[in-house]
Amino acid sequence: MNTEEIQHIRADFPILEEKIYNKDLIYFDNGATTQKPCCVVEKIENGYYHLNANIHRGVHFLSQKATEEHEAARTTVADFLGAKKREEIIFTRGTTEAINLVATSFGEVFCEKGDEIVISVMEHHSNIVPWQMLCERKGLVLRVIQMNDKGELDIQNFKTLLNPKTRIVSVTHVSNVLGTVNPVAEIIKIAHEQNIPVLVDGAQAVPHVKVNVTELDADFYVFSGHKIYGPTGIGALYGKEKWLNQMPPYQGGGEMIQTVTFEKTTYNELPFKFEAGTPDYIGSTALAEALRYVEKIGISNIAAYEHELLVYGTQRLMEIDGMRIIGTATEKSSVISFLVDEIHPYDIGILLDKLGIAVRTGHHCAQPLIDSLGIPGTVRASFAFYNTKEEIDNFVAALKRVVTMLS
Amino acid sequence: MTFNKILIAKMTINELQDNIIEEFSMFDDWMDKYALLIELGNSLVPLDEKHKSPQNIIEGCQSRVWLNAELNNGIITYQGESDAVLVKGIVSLLIQVLSGHTPEEVINTELYFIDKIGLREHLSPTRSNGLLAMIKQMKMFALAFNASNAK
Repeated sequence: MNTEEIQHIRADFPILEEKIYNKDLIYFDNGATTQKPCCVVEKIENGYYHLNANIHRGVHFLSQKATEEHEAARTTVADFLGAKKREEIIFTRGTTEAINLVATSFGEVFCEKGDEIVISVMEHHSNIVPWQMLCERKGLVLRVIQMNDKGELDIQNFKTLLNPKTRIVSVTHVSNVLGTVNPVAEIIKIAHEQNIPVLVDGAQAVPHVKVNVTELDADFYVFSGHKIYGPTGIGALYGKEKWLNQMPPYQGGGEMIQTVTFEKTTYNELPFKFEAGTPDYIGSTALAEALRYVEKIGISNIAAYEHELLVYGTQRLMEIDGMRIIGTATEKSSVISFLVDEIHPYDIGILLDKLGIAVRTGHHCAQPLIDSLGIPGTVRASFAFYNTKEEIDNFVAALKRVVTMLS
Repeated sequence: MTFNKILIAKMTINELQDNIIEEFSMFDDWMDKYALLIELGNSLVPLDEKHKSPQNIIEGCQSRVWLNAELNNGIITYQGESDAVLVKGIVSLLIQVLSGHTPEEVINTELYFIDKIGLREHLSPTRSNGLLAMIKQMKMFALAFNASNAK
């Protein structure tokens, strides 16, 4: 994408014009959440102003219309992920809820005392804690795939962890700290040789790389709307029908039932079985709008441009004495975690903030990974397609100033 | 910041707070305020290794703070440190203000200077740098000393 196209895109994101402490905002915290284009915000506004009625039950016009939009959003998500059936898309509040749903419902029927769950060392807490809770509840064992010095998963190590007791493998597609793009297709193939299903945490992947769950043959794939230019509080779980049908509901309530008597309740079919209560139909339609926006720009164009930013950013950062980039995988998305000498990441983050630059500092909700690296945390700059090389230049200049102050 | 020791001894906690506020009011630019904070952080007397014990650590999400307190002749002396220099700068200010006073004086103090010099954000619970917990701990030490004095 050329400069003109990027400027055109930036105009869709009014927040990028904000001044922070009288400085131009440079938003490099896209790994935490992305900004929203006008079309997404307008979709939300339009939903509340013109299309608001509870769905799936009303006989009236607005309810019908809202239901159609919500179900059309499900189809949009299914198409975006390359799912075969729209019923395989469950709306959730986000990645965290989606993983909790699988850990709870899958764990309920498929796991018994002594069974094993495999995750990796680079997981976000949301792909660790739900499994640990399941392990505690059912007496399971958690196994962890290790990585090499570049921050790439050790596939040989992974193979040794699989055994007849392994019930599920749950790994991230892209590391939120290291940027590593994991070979999930290979991981799935290896696990499937032993009939072990795989959940892929796609929170950091879908905004940056093309995902096709059918080609990947993923059993479960989860992501959050707010990380892909959509609203907060909405996300999705893709699950193969064969698994979802065998899993009990996650929560009980309205929508998810077929018939209720005090003696016995029968559950609704997919996807409604897993969507208790009034769904976030405003959020789902706004998420669909965000996915259309991304598809209009083209995920391959986005990936190519963000790779340019990654390469340029890495090269510029390396000019700084004492620069240490954490995560140097060959396959890497537009995330740069770094440390400079012994300077604490908190100090760098606070001072960059005062210069209008938003980065994330700390352990990024991946404490076990940070501990395994023996560091106090990192400073993380994560780019989106509305960022520019000029912003990277200004960021590097600011960082040089900050490092001088702190050295 | 150069406070002469004799002067400090004579000043009340609030006078010390007001002094710091005045010192920081000279800077309009954030980076200048932070440069001063870094200077303070770097000149903070390192905490004796023996006091860097697990029981003296205040674990934050982003940075860690160590705090130790001693009572001599009815006067508290605080010592502290952090792995982040900006946090260390604030620790240094807190020690300047609260060290050298009686437990009762510390207990009855309302700390307003951090807010006034524009560093309130560091005390937000979401910052998770251990500072908020540290201030509580400083008061807890004072309370404990006061209780043992009363016995």
